Amino acid sequence: MMLQGDKIVKQYNHKGGLINALDHVSFTVEKGDFVTVTGPSGSGKSTLLLSLFGLIRLSSGTVIFDGKRIDDVSDRHLTDIRKKSVGYILQHFALIPYLTTLQNVMMPLALEKIPGTEQLKRAAEILDYVGLSDRMQHLPRELSAGQQQRVAIARSIVHRPQIIMADEPTGNLDPTLSLEILEFLKKINRENKITIMMVTHSPVAAEYGTMKLHLNEGKIVNL
Amino acid sequence: MTISKLVLIELWKRKSQLITGLLAITLGISVIVAIQSVSIVSEQNVARNLDNLGANILVLPQGASIDDYYTSDIDAPTLPMDYVERILTSTIAGVDNMSPKLTRRVKVGNQSVVLTGILPKSEIASKPLWQSSGLLGTALKTACAPNQSANESHGLEDPKLKRKAIDTLYSNDCLAGSQVAQRLKLSANSKVTIMGKEFKVVKILAETGTVDDDRIFANLKDVQKLLKLENQVSAIEIMGCCNAISEGLLGQLRNILPDTRITTIGQIVSTQIETNQLMKKVTLIMLVIIFFVGGISIGNFIWANVNERKREIGILRMMGAERSVIYKMFLLKAIILGIAGGILGFLLGTLAGVVLGPYLAGILVKPVYLYLLWSVLLSVSISLAGSLIPTYLAAKFDPHNNLQED
Repeated sequence: MMLQGDKIVKQYNHKGGLINALDHVSFTVEKGDFVTVTGPSGSGKSTLLLSLFGLIRLSSGTVIFDGKRIDDVSDRHLTDIRKKSVGYILQHFALIPYLTTLQNVMMPLALEKIPGTEQLKRAAEILDYVGLSDRMQHLPRELSAGQQQRVAIARSIVHRPQIIMADEPTGNLDPTLSLEILEFLKKINRENKITIMMVTHSPVAAEYGTMKLHLNEGKIVNL
Repeated sequence: MTISKLVLIELWKRKSQLITGLLAITLGISVIVAIQSVSIVSEQNVARNLDNLGANILVLPQGASIDDYYTSDIDAPTLPMDYVERILTSTIAGVDNMSPKLTRRVKVGNQSVVLTGILPKSEIASKPLWQSSGLLGTALKTACAPNQSANESHGLEDPKLKRKAIDTLYSNDCLAGSQVAQRLKLSANSKVTIMGKEFKVVKILAETGTVDDDRIFANLKDVQKLLKLENQVSAIEIMGCCNAISEGLLGQLRNILPDTRITTIGQIVSTQIETNQLMKKVTLIMLVIIFFVGGISIGNFIWANVNERKREIGILRMMGAERSVIYKMFLLKAIILGIAGGILGFLLGTLAGVVLGPYLAGILVKPVYLYLLWSVLLSVSISLAGSLIPTYLAAKFDPHNNLQED
């Protein structure tokens, strides 16, 4: 078991009342799974994705990652888990605009204080893997949307995480580029045995999942 | 890639913002440096002018009053000449010049004049108004100059030697004050007989408007012999640094000269101290204003930068950057801005002082290189102080909310 959520609840205050963004959500993800999370807008998909490793604090429930409970650990500990074991891919790519492709990909390694030469070597390898070795010195604004998302994917795997959390990674791309990215994620999942948890609106993208979760009004429902 | 490199890249890639950020701190520091550069020269000038007022400490025999000293009565008490040596051989700081004097009212013909025995070089040094007579031939020492180098520029490396009186007024020579010269119809190279001894008048001193105008100055040893008061003096005039006086110079002198009366010439000392304190207060007020204005400007700049980079902060936190990384990002930026602002502010302020000083204040301003260090330290302090709150708030940002922004 790689990741388990048990009776996860996330409540928000809204106009004096409480709204359940996540309402007793439970699931289990095994190592190497490609999990897709689908559901209508506002169903709690992104909240689930971002809350599992502490980017949003849960109201209640238990999260176990790699055999250890992580919902009650300190912010510092969760930060350390994200740094070493989790890669994120977001809809809007989330690249640092003034860094080159290469520097963006090196950032997770810099946070781990890996030596510069090793950073360079690994980032260059990964950029070659995602087909961007000829764009290393380009700034994000000089790349197409598909290329920017590939940089984001490279950044998410350069530190060899155990799990990738992808929030609508194809949401900003046309169908052709979307398929390209999805194939890429599938390749990473299969070749590197990295677990992927992907939130998507797209039924096509959802088909890539080996495990499918569907959320509606904060609850997991059977399709 | 390191966080430091990230900061440098961000600064370099956003040059226009860098210039805006630097502008506030640079202008603030340059104003301080310019004011300080001009005011230090002004303080030296003021100190020089204050020193022109003459000696500010009098060592009198026990029981003597200042009136005794000025009226120079025949029975006025004296003190041993050895006391000069005591001061010379002590390690007391702040005694810049000494002038032992023996003073008596005597008759010259039918005129009453005050005969004063002096050790001439120190006498002249402690009476800068006489400098115009050209007897000493060296620049005036400024007892209250704010920077010690002004006092060290005479090539006299031994601090005791610097204070030693040197006998250059020859036996049988004398100097006449302007009033007494007029009354006795004396001129340079004329002769005057005092108590049966003939003296050659080597110079008529310029009018000072003080009691000295009514005095004849001769070699102390001659006067002691004439008055049969060998190895005795009426008083020791001291030009003491006014800062040293306020810090206890009088007490130290009293310790080594217990059976004397040591007094300050109050008005001179208080004027010197008040003037110096006023200059310090003006500088301090400017410093406080610039600290706050500079700090707020930098704080505003960093806060704008934090807001602009909310999403970046969210991305870094998402990737596993600790809050300390966010602190490092913004505080390092503040330090770099502080160092650059300090150096540029020093250069700009010094240039302004050097160029504008002669025009606006009529004084020649020279670069004070020590201010470079102070400029950088002050600038970094202002920059860090102004950046603390925005950086604290940046580190507290909720990463999730900032990731949502686009």
